[in-house]
Amino acid sequence: MSRFSIRRTALAAGAAILSLALVTGPAQAQRDPAYDAARASGQVGEKTDGYLGVVSGGDAALRKMVDDINIRRRALYAQRAQAASATLEEYAFTAGCLAIARTASGEKYQAPDGSWQTRGGGAPQRDARCP
Amino acid sequence: MRLTELTRPRLPAHKEQMEGRWAAWAVLLLGSGLAGGCISVNAPDQPIVIELNINIKQEVIYRLADDAGSTIDQNPGIF
Repeated sequence: MSRFSIRRTALAAGAAILSLALVTGPAQAQRDPAYDAARASGQVGEKTDGYLGVVSGGDAALRKMVDDINIRRRALYAQRAQAASATLEEYAFTAGCLAIARTASGEKYQAPDGSWQTRGGGAPQRDARCP
Repeated sequence: MRLTELTRPRLPAHKEQMEGRWAAWAVLLLGSGLAGGCISVNAPDQPIVIELNINIKQEVIYRLADDAGSTIDQNPGIF
């Protein structure tokens, strides 16, 4: 194999890795600023079922962002639930318990009765089965 | 020609019909007479709520808690 072809192979491999990274997208290390702002303003909240919900109104862009996050959460739940021999709903509900517990003051979350609540200084209202 | 067809005694159709009508009236009268003693069933005022999460056991949630916690930690972009 000539030096030229080795270099070409290396280039092709590099390009393939780069395109793969572009397609799958990097694992987001931090929240998107729009998502962070929507949480802080109470436009979106954590639901009991482990997914994000639009609290009231919300334009198309916000709903799309919420749908996108929920699709990614669902994929993650499904993968982890299978590894833990649990159902998707069980895993999602557990994550919901924890996500509600981790809401910051002023953020919205869903109470067990289905109503939207604003997280105060104390513990949030959670399902009795939550750890 | 079938002779049996001619010799077989036939029930008077009109009489049978009359008896049927009397029976119908008797059932109707009996039914209305019993109506006073019937138990009435009313629809509940409150809507029927089906608890979808009822089948998720607490022990399962406790088992998954650690795993779910680390999943949230590892994916800060979507939580």
